[in-house]
Amino acid sequence: MIAIIDYDAGNLTSVARAITHLGFKCIITNNIKDIDKAERVIFPGVGAAGSAMESIKRLGLDKAIKDAFSSGKPILAICIGTQIIMEYSEENDTDCLGIIGGKVLFFNFDEINKSGNNLKIPHMGWNSINIQKNHPVLSEVKADDEFYFVHGYYPAPDNYTHVIGTTGYGISFASVIGYKNIIATQFHPEKSGRPGLSILKNFCAWKPC
Amino acid sequence: MLSKRIIPCLDVRAGKTTKGIKFENNVDIGDPVEMARFYYEAGADEIVFYDITASSDKRDIMIDVVRRVAETIFIPFSVGGGIRTVEDMRKVILAGAEKVSINSAAVNNPEIISRGAEAFGNQCIVLGMDVKYVGKSEKIPSGYEIVINGGRTFMGIDALKWAVETEKLGAGEICLNSIDADGTCNGYELNLTSLISENVGIPVIASGGAGKPEHLYDVLTKGKADAALIASMVHYGTYSISGIKTYLDESGVKVRKSW
Repeated sequence: MIAIIDYDAGNLTSVARAITHLGFKCIITNNIKDIDKAERVIFPGVGAAGSAMESIKRLGLDKAIKDAFSSGKPILAICIGTQIIMEYSEENDTDCLGIIGGKVLFFNFDEINKSGNNLKIPHMGWNSINIQKNHPVLSEVKADDEFYFVHGYYPAPDNYTHVIGTTGYGISFASVIGYKNIIATQFHPEKSGRPGLSILKNFCAWKPC
Repeated sequence: MLSKRIIPCLDVRAGKTTKGIKFENNVDIGDPVEMARFYYEAGADEIVFYDITASSDKRDIMIDVVRRVAETIFIPFSVGGGIRTVEDMRKVILAGAEKVSINSAAVNNPEIISRGAEAFGNQCIVLGMDVKYVGKSEKIPSGYEIVINGGRTFMGIDALKWAVETEKLGAGEICLNSIDADGTCNGYELNLTSLISENVGIPVIASGGAGKPEHLYDVLTKGKADAALIASMVHYGTYSISGIKTYLDESGVKVRKSW
């Protein structure tokens, strides 16, 4: 069973639908026991870091997520989930879970846009990833595959060995982060068509060593 | 680099699309779920549904359509038409839509933009704008006026001012429809599109007037649009999404080529 963590951060049913479509069983839950019992955990979400962290603490999920990480079970973080596993987010000046060292920063295009560009925020739409490091969850991603992004802030891990993939939007940022039993994407694999589904499928079979 | 998005738009009335796709065997497919699947597999980057159901008692049919679409396609899609309250938005989003599009409800009650953005995040709120050129005046400095009711009611609001204001209120994206260009198949309204796109910091989807791939090229380059809405040029099989994307790619516009 895969536990999809529900912390009132937007609509989590699309992740559940994609997992179900792939033939795996999942539950959307904020129950710590469910998360503890699950073989795998998905930590998704949309919204803002401040309110996300608030809900996580209120529901006691901060400890549950850290425990899941320590237990070694595979964890997939998506979008705001990926930002929340970092130490700190500039969004709402928020202290986060600190599973991965580094900060979450706001896209600042003031300088870039002065020179005639018009880079918009959020970074919304399809973009590619440059794989920096092979990872079993990304094994089926092809060079020109693209993924669906919607975000105004981006994760900046301290340790470059945690960067599995990068994406260019004004700057180059870490769009896939991996460390031990956690794999985290800034994009939405559940909304990224065939290549996104391949990531979810591979996550459901992943055995971190 | 971010790809420019190509977005087919489906009008749905009481659970059926008003313009079915004509497949090679000449069978009309009027089921929005099947059309969504067709465009998903054909390389659409996103899909827009407009519920043009006149009577509100049939609105729940659309919620069922949204639910079935969400089980079938794994790309973002938005739903517009008849959304007047945050509760309407919630129903559509919980049924599986990525975004909701609001148009006249926002003109009549701008607060719905900020209330929707607070509840679901800016990225969920697409502000639909119907715009007509009326000539520059003191009241309408850009020359483009906001209209509702399919272009029949002039609101006395300048389109540029409205676009900037809706961004401040929390719209995550603007779907900009030119009533003058709509249905002509003669190309998008490029002046309007670049004017709005250059003056807001959120993505702009150009709508109205697409008849051939060159029109998409124009609006995504000169028009500065981030995405282009298409309807009849693909619904009737005149062009395919992959054909349009190949043309754009060969013309130097970044599009998603692998799906």
